[in-house]
Amino acid sequence: MKILVCITHVPDTTSKIQFTADNTKFDTTGVQFIIGPYDDYALARAVELRDQTGGTLTALNVGEAETEPTLRKSLAIGADDAIRINSFPKDSFFVAKQIAHYAKEGGYDLILMGRESIDFNGGMVHGMVGELLGMPSFSPVMKLEVEGSTVKMAREIEGGKEYLEAQLPLIAGCQEPIAEWKIPNMRGIMSARTKPLKVVEPVSQETQAEATRFQLPPAKGAVKLVDKDNVSELVKLLKNEAKVL
Amino acid sequence: MSVLVYIEHADGKVKKTSLEAVSFASALAAQTGEGEVVAIALGTVDSPELASVGKAGASKVLHADDVRLNDGVIQAHASAVAQAFASVGAKTLVLAKSSLGDAVAARLAIKLSAGMVSNVVELPKTSGGYLVKRSIYTGKAFAESEITTENKILAVKKNAVDLKTDGAGASVEKLSVALSDSDFASKITSTERATGEVLLPEADIVVSGGRGMKGPENWGMIEDLARVLGAATGCSKPVSDIGWRPHHEHVGQTGVKVAPSLYIAIGISGAIQHLAGVNSSKCIVVINKDPEAPFFKAADYGIVGDAFEVVPKLTEALKAEL
Ligand SMILES: Cc1cc2nc3c(=O)[nH]c(=O)nc-3n(C[C@H](O)[C@H](O)[C@H](O)COP(=O)(O)OP(=O)(O)OC[C@H]3O[C@@H](n4cnc5c(N)ncnc54)[C@H](O)[C@@H]3O)c2cc1C
Repeated sequence: MKILVCITHVPDTTSKIQFTADNTKFDTTGVQFIIGPYDDYALARAVELRDQTGGTLTALNVGEAETEPTLRKSLAIGADDAIRINSFPKDSFFVAKQIAHYAKEGGYDLILMGRESIDFNGGMVHGMVGELLGMPSFSPVMKLEVEGSTVKMAREIEGGKEYLEAQLPLIAGCQEPIAEWKIPNMRGIMSARTKPLKVVEPVSQETQAEATRFQLPPAKGAVKLVDKDNVSELVKLLKNEAKVL
Repeated sequence: MSVLVYIEHADGKVKKTSLEAVSFASALAAQTGEGEVVAIALGTVDSPELASVGKAGASKVLHADDVRLNDGVIQAHASAVAQAFASVGAKTLVLAKSSLGDAVAARLAIKLSAGMVSNVVELPKTSGGYLVKRSIYTGKAFAESEITTENKILAVKKNAVDLKTDGAGASVEKLSVALSDSDFASKITSTERATGEVLLPEADIVVSGGRGMKGPENWGMIEDLARVLGAATGCSKPVSDIGWRPHHEHVGQTGVKVAPSLYIAIGISGAIQHLAGVNSSKCIVVINKDPEAPFFKAADYGIVGDAFEVVPKLTEALKAEL
């Protein structure tokens, strides 16, 4: 089986979110970048499936040169090779177009990625790639087993889950508990240095909904503390001041 | 011309978040002069229930009552909605963010060559360009995205607009859609759903417990408090990781993102990844025995105290008041 995992390069979940002075770009000063947490679940599951069924696992990222350490980390975790599509990921449509093109070229049976990136939270790329390639797409997938050409999945729905069956090839946007995050070991880190990482150019520049300006929410006021022996005061505040009851 | 809204229903009722999407579309149509608001409903649901969508601002509901659409088969729903979009000559599709809605809309973005924006928090600016404000970085910031295509899809975040309730009734028309076997290539074999409870992603009040609750046997007091408030229950990630609570209750960066009017956090420290899932709440109450817990910095109201003492008292006080 040929597996493709799409990886986002995103600020660590503890990062302070800031923008440049003119509010047109994310300010990367002092920010540590990681594999998107949802993509990390997809990658972990992909490594397990590759080990279980044989075949190959390719990690792909649409990003400029600074995302390479993130792709190398995917190789250290267990991907066999990597593709970087050399462009800033301008919007979901732009990214989906690139992935669809290279996924088609590579003839992958299973394409996994996170349910959404944690920067733009769009959650659209898997569905777009699915429609572009005429493959079924599923998200958010929390369990995925491959038996021959049949894929058994659980998809999270409001207040529960739904169990599904479909045939390869397909695309899934993943979330926990599909697998446990894998931490690269020394051998993985060493071998990642020499695994192939191919850089290719974008196949289209087309965009549909680029983000042009950014804004931070207004700062939160100080908390109002209520004494633990006077909880009815809290009820009054919620009712009369916050007006949420 | 009209704005099309993809509405979802569960247990015979149109979802409240879908009614919010209709309200959003109604305000949008008034702003852009796009004419009437038409909703599309798929699968078995009563006509009177569909007619009530008019209150939120739809003048017509198209109903594709093919029983095969009762299951949320993503591709089939996308095909059906695409046909409805063409049949009413819409340029804009509005929907509420949801597990099914997100998956369907992403495919529709390609089918309809429509620029799509998700997590929309307010009506777009449409005088010169088409600028849509969306929540990004899991609620920590906003972006303005410019849609440059003629067709557009807006997936609306909860609480983006007030629910409209003063519209007239809507007419309900059957719509027959052509669906092929390939639309049903995937099969939903079974569904597990908590019934009779308030669903977390749609709840107006959420009561959440963290590791400070010590064990699953202590969730009774969380549930009692939730019941008095008509609230949904949630939890922090470690709580669902250890299996004290089901995964669909896990709130935060890697779990459900909630946007209730009131979020009550009990025995949760307020790690940044948890806050990422709750920062769209209108009002946050924190109950924690540690005055230094970071959650207090993100709270509107707080009680420093032992949850086992405070929560039952709060439930009693609410019973007396409500
Ligand atoms: C990439 C990543 C993603 C993550 N995603 C999420 C996510 O989506 N959601 C999430 O929740 N976490 C997430 N986490 C984990 C997060 O960092 C925290 O570890 C987690 O939120 C802590 O859960 P907690 O507050 O329940 O437990 P703790 O941090 O252990 O806090 C327990 C709290 O309970 C209080 N307490 C103890 N006893 C009592 C008592 N008797 N009465 C009152 N208070 C009491 C303590 O003072 C403490 O503040 C993520 C972490 C990473 C690295």
